[in-house]
Amino acid sequence: MAKEEKLKRPDGREKEELRKIEAKVGVIKRADGSAMFTFGGSTAIAAVYGPRTLHPQHLQDPETGVLRCYYDMTTFSVSERKRPGPNRRANEISFVTTKALQPAIQIENFPNTAVDCYIMILQADASTRCAGINAASLALANAGVPMKELVSAVSIGKTGDHLVVDVSKEEEDFTVMKDGKEIKAATDIPFAILSRSEKISLLQLDGKINSEDLKEAIELAKRACKKIAEIQKKALKKVKDEA
Amino acid sequence: MEEENKIEEEIKEIPREIVVPGEVLAEKDFLPGEGTRREGDEIIASRFGLLEKSDRLVKVIPLGGAYIPRAGNTVIGQIVDVNFNGWMIDVLAAHQAFLPVMECFGYINKKDLTEVYTFKEIIVTKIRAVKPRSVELTMKEKGLRKLEGGMLIKINSTRVPRIIGKAGSMVKIIKDETKCNIIVGQNGLVWIKSDENDVEKEIIAKKAIELIVEKPFHIGLTEKVKDFLQKHKKL
Repeated sequence: MAKEEKLKRPDGREKEELRKIEAKVGVIKRADGSAMFTFGGSTAIAAVYGPRTLHPQHLQDPETGVLRCYYDMTTFSVSERKRPGPNRRANEISFVTTKALQPAIQIENFPNTAVDCYIMILQADASTRCAGINAASLALANAGVPMKELVSAVSIGKTGDHLVVDVSKEEEDFTVMKDGKEIKAATDIPFAILSRSEKISLLQLDGKINSEDLKEAIELAKRACKKIAEIQKKALKKVKDEA
Repeated sequence: MEEENKIEEEIKEIPREIVVPGEVLAEKDFLPGEGTRREGDEIIASRFGLLEKSDRLVKVIPLGGAYIPRAGNTVIGQIVDVNFNGWMIDVLAAHQAFLPVMECFGYINKKDLTEVYTFKEIIVTKIRAVKPRSVELTMKEKGLRKLEGGMLIKINSTRVPRIIGKAGSMVKIIKDETKCNIIVGQNGLVWIKSDENDVEKEIIAKKAIELIVEKPFHIGLTEKVKDFLQKHKKL
């Protein structure tokens, strides 16, 4: 018995349709590299500084350069003012973002240095960490950091019976009535995939999912990230027109 | 002869393709050069930059990014610290550079090195060697000295070849028209000093350099720069 209820997404999108994406490189002139990336209502800006000398000295690695990513949200990015400064969620996202970008960069030839990547969310409408990773990947390339490939990120969700690509805030907040109570019934799975080798560098799960759906989610994510990688590529190539 | 030179300049200015990390640049018969790597039968870009394909070699010329020091580069640096046996110099690289006393000419008072070069002074120097944790400098070559007066500007190090031009042709145009002495460091620092002590001329030279930095891909850039300098000469 197939799941017959036709998928109706709150904004009318198809299952695999991404929200409107805007990607622009070189938005922060003073940084070594920078980029802005938008998924519909979620906007992230990333600025990269480095490779540069790492202070304090005890954090230096004599065998390679070190990548440090910092994720934070502006106070006005959400409808209820977010208190400034990183919180636990931001620290966790900073950590996974660093891990997601690390396999793509090659800074072994810059021992004792750091490459710092600062990500700010200007407007939040779900999938902010994915927007952040996409922006950071562009900023790193723009900064001339040696990279094996680009990193693209997208979130796959499950609302009710259907898997969807690029979760929006409404879908993230999807609830169902159970025993007269409204309970959260959405599943959010952010992915980050390396553009050329198609390896997954970030995979998180928020909610419930069965193994069949997870396998399908991986396939959906790979397809979506291919599209996103193309958009990232175009944004980088556009630098010349503005020169 | 003018015609030939002009055509050569034009050919050089044919826009090159921008490539991104992970992009396939060429197949089997090519050799991977700087900024590229081989994966199986394909040559892949390892950096964001301009593609340069010659007979058998594929390279990616970086379009931006931090300055990477190389032995033999002439750079401009600022004294940031004085040790007992030398000076620590900031050359805008990932690491600070060191200039040992032994690499300087003339009599040096070992008890007070600040008599020779002191904090915040600017020097034009040459990179002798690049080691994993430090960059070593030398002053033992013609033309290396302390720079006094004038104006110091910073541009992206990848634009330096464009500012210098073929055999120094581009920077010579600016020098001649503004009557300024200009020293371009490979690390992106440029020192400008008017021979007539005229700050206005130094500013014009600065603007000309900024013009080149902003539009490095323009065909006929040399002409544009000449026009710009002529216009300002009349003012």
